[in-house]
Amino acid sequence: MLTIHCGQNHLKESKRAVNSLRDIVDDDDDDLEKVSWSGDPVGSISWSIKETASSSTSSLESRDSSLQKGYSSYSAFPKQASSYSLSSLFKGEVPHTQFGQMGFSSTVSRGNHFILAFSAGSPCTVLSPLCGSLVLTCFTHVHIFLSPTEILFQELEVRQVALCHLIHFLKETSEQKLLLDLLRFLDRTEEVALSQYREHLNIQDVEKRREFLKGCIGLPFSAEDTSHVQDHYTLLERQIIIEANDRHLETAGQSEIFRKYPRKASILNMPLVTTLFYSCFYHYTEAEGTFSSPTNLKKTFKIPDKQYVLTALAARAKLRAWNDVDALFTTKNWLGYTKKKAPIGFHRVVEILQRNNAPVQVLQEYVRLVEDVETQLNLATKYKCHDVVIDTYRDLKDRIQLAAYRCKVERGSAEEEKIDSILNNTQIRWKN
Amino acid sequence: MSPLDRIANVSILKQHEVDKLYKVENRPTSSTSDQFCFLVRPRIKTMKYIADIINADKMAGRSRKYKIIFSPQKFYACEMVLEEEGVFGDVSCDEWSFYLLPLDDDIISMELPEFFRDYFLEGDHRWINCVARALQLLNSLYGPFSKAYGIGRCAKMSYELWRDLEEESESDSQGRKPEIGNIFLMDRDTDYVTALCSQVVYEGLVDDTFRIKCGSVDFGPDVTSSDKSIKVLLNSQDKVFSQIRNEHFSSVFGFLSQKSRNLQAQYDRRRGMDIKQMKNFVSQELKGLKQEHRLLSLHIGACESIMKKKTKQDFQEMIKTEHSLLEGFDIRESTSFIEEHIDRQVSPIESLRLMCLLSITENGLIPKDYRSLKTQYLQSYGPEHLLTFHNLKRIGLLTEQSPGETLTAVESKVSKLVTDRAAGKITDAFNSLARKSNFRGISKKLGLIPRVDGEYDLKMPRDMAYVFSGAYIPLSCKIIEQVLERKSWLGLEEVLRLLNGNEFSVTESAGEDSPAWESQRIILTVFLGGCTFSEIAALRFLGKEKGYKFIFLTTAITNSARMMEAMIETKA
Repeated sequence: MLTIHCGQNHLKESKRAVNSLRDIVDDDDDDLEKVSWSGDPVGSISWSIKETASSSTSSLESRDSSLQKGYSSYSAFPKQASSYSLSSLFKGEVPHTQFGQMGFSSTVSRGNHFILAFSAGSPCTVLSPLCGSLVLTCFTHVHIFLSPTEILFQELEVRQVALCHLIHFLKETSEQKLLLDLLRFLDRTEEVALSQYREHLNIQDVEKRREFLKGCIGLPFSAEDTSHVQDHYTLLERQIIIEANDRHLETAGQSEIFRKYPRKASILNMPLVTTLFYSCFYHYTEAEGTFSSPTNLKKTFKIPDKQYVLTALAARAKLRAWNDVDALFTTKNWLGYTKKKAPIGFHRVVEILQRNNAPVQVLQEYVRLVEDVETQLNLATKYKCHDVVIDTYRDLKDRIQLAAYRCKVERGSAEEEKIDSILNNTQIRWKN
Repeated sequence: MSPLDRIANVSILKQHEVDKLYKVENRPTSSTSDQFCFLVRPRIKTMKYIADIINADKMAGRSRKYKIIFSPQKFYACEMVLEEEGVFGDVSCDEWSFYLLPLDDDIISMELPEFFRDYFLEGDHRWINCVARALQLLNSLYGPFSKAYGIGRCAKMSYELWRDLEEESESDSQGRKPEIGNIFLMDRDTDYVTALCSQVVYEGLVDDTFRIKCGSVDFGPDVTSSDKSIKVLLNSQDKVFSQIRNEHFSSVFGFLSQKSRNLQAQYDRRRGMDIKQMKNFVSQELKGLKQEHRLLSLHIGACESIMKKKTKQDFQEMIKTEHSLLEGFDIRESTSFIEEHIDRQVSPIESLRLMCLLSITENGLIPKDYRSLKTQYLQSYGPEHLLTFHNLKRIGLLTEQSPGETLTAVESKVSKLVTDRAAGKITDAFNSLARKSNFRGISKKLGLIPRVDGEYDLKMPRDMAYVFSGAYIPLSCKIIEQVLERKSWLGLEEVLRLLNGNEFSVTESAGEDSPAWESQRIILTVFLGGCTFSEIAALRFLGKEKGYKFIFLTTAITNSARMMEAMIETKA
């Protein structure tokens, strides 16, 4: 294990480090001596002045030459094409102050501390935040002087933290190809797939995006994710068709629903549920065969009943189509009797109806269907479904509450009369 | 931009001949100045924007001077990008080592919200140096700290790096009397549960509802009851706010109405005044009363706005679900609630938050639930959230229970990827695979769910659970309480095992004289990855109870929404 320690007594420490490096570095001892630390402690004014001067006056060209100057000592560098290990690259790190920061700066350099394990095969436990910069430097230089990058990849594979840094950096700089190569090399196939899939966010044109998504389907996702991506593609494909069709309908001006409720936005790239809502709003009565019909969407994407009913209800309630709402919940049993059922709680139904300002008669009907008595009572009271409240208190034989409720109804109304007649009913055995 | 607002305003900049201020974005600038100065965070994206601006100038034949000031420090990666874009030679770079922004008397923020995602999701250690620098700065001003406690890998690394910095610097703190005696560092992932809960103390609620940025908040027309919005600084200077900030929301209304009545009474006094008294009143008291009035009406407006939003959102039922998850019963019901929440498309952030809370408290979702909730989420909020789910899995916030996966099975999988002779050593990058949440076990051992007979008194709370309506004591705060009480980690071994260890406790060699008792009361609590207002309120309460004073240093103020937003991946 080798410890490289760079501190404020930069020169002293680094000289020590450089010398100790000699032991493990194969060759070019003389060259190492040519390494010139600038001589100024990092952070001193003179160093800072030189820094600013070099970075502001140099053009790319002169910078390259200083790069080369820094590396000229390591003439061995390009020659040793085959046996590169990260360890030999760290020789290259030494003259860094000449041209680069590598995370060093007037404030940072003090006490930067990192531990690298060079013994072959052992993982690098790099504790330093500098590691990222270290890796990037090496990466750049390797990239410039060496290809393929496979050797670097091999080294990195056993240095997990460095690996994380590099992957993050590649993501940030959108070095997509390198990132995918690296991930493939590491056998992280799912991440390869996801990284590629992620690119679709950059494609604005819907047709191109659709094509791209189609191409993503064959990628090495997990089984579930593959079906999600498949659904994504199918959904966008549908949306393109629906959008084109509806745009046409709108401009033609023949369709009543589009005239009454002009569309506020396009359906492209919307989630499935939103698309379903749209479909229940504008295309409710269409047969299953059409792409825009809700039942077709339900079938294609295997939308569960709960979700379907919830969405259809919201759409029809918005249109105040109470008959449609009714039909959603009415089922005929085998004897031909109708009854109301819902895969979602009726309290939800009531809420949605109320939000869309359903008339009290409609509300009342569904409040009655709420199973839990307490909830039923709460909702009925909240939404002023007087009849339901009255009937419930009567059923509960709660005289006090019923009498109390009398002041909540309108004076002289039918409800008040009803309450009075119930209160006067001697047949009822009140509990209080 | 906001941290700058706390330091200087435009007039100061204008005094220094700054002509105009622009935000650095993916947009060309139209300016006639011949010098541009970019004050930026060291982000790759920002470098690209800057490069675009410079290259656009070049194309147009403009010549200008460019300066980039990196805050708090420059990263080599940034220089690389500038070089790649061909502009490195055109700019001069500088650093502004601005590490600490005091948000209030006891809160210091590093304003690094990206810390959370960069470290905990991407495994990138780039900001640890900043933390160490911040600690060094604080130590030089208020130290030397005599005792250091910590838990978490990042806490450990930050601490060690800071110690190295101290060793190398020629500190002259010998014999200096410390003002802060202790320091406690904690990783955010030690306690995700608390960060995911809905906040019900006033300050937390304001943050959850309106989003407090750098200690100030934007109140819109619905709060100000006018057509204007107003930006308000929320700190101890606001006399009204400072009295209600840590209170449970239920107490706040009562307090505010009481205050309003008092205020009215004071105003009314002027009726019986003679000229002299009136003059006195106007010159001495009126301004203060007016100020108080203004603040009161703002906060009352805020409360009303909050109440309105919460009633609309089914807040009551949601809190009930959260409490069930924390306490560990009615899990099926809670799962149904979450499912319905998703189906109704209530809010992508809230739905995610609830799923994560379920996952963390239950050690992952059962595979059937995971699959079904994920599918429903993608259907309700968009298929691209496939990427979000992947992130959440990676970071460990939303995982699937895998029955066959014992620790040893994971180790053998990992060792295939790591050619390490000492196999079985699970390295950083793969820790999330092995990391189990163990919340129930920890909760039991530490007594995080208070046993209450009768009503929990929120006005005169008896423990830190009041910040969550008496249902749950924040884990992070409980840990701090226990360690400070024991002055070590002794007796907490079982809990530590469940927390995946990485704890430390170091007594620095104290000076010649024993540390002043005064400074020993004061604890600098460092949250790496963010800290919520609920935790701050809870620790302030603890401080009052036990005679401590907590100073909070956080990489950023956070809440559940910010955490979820950091994980969402729907923009390129």
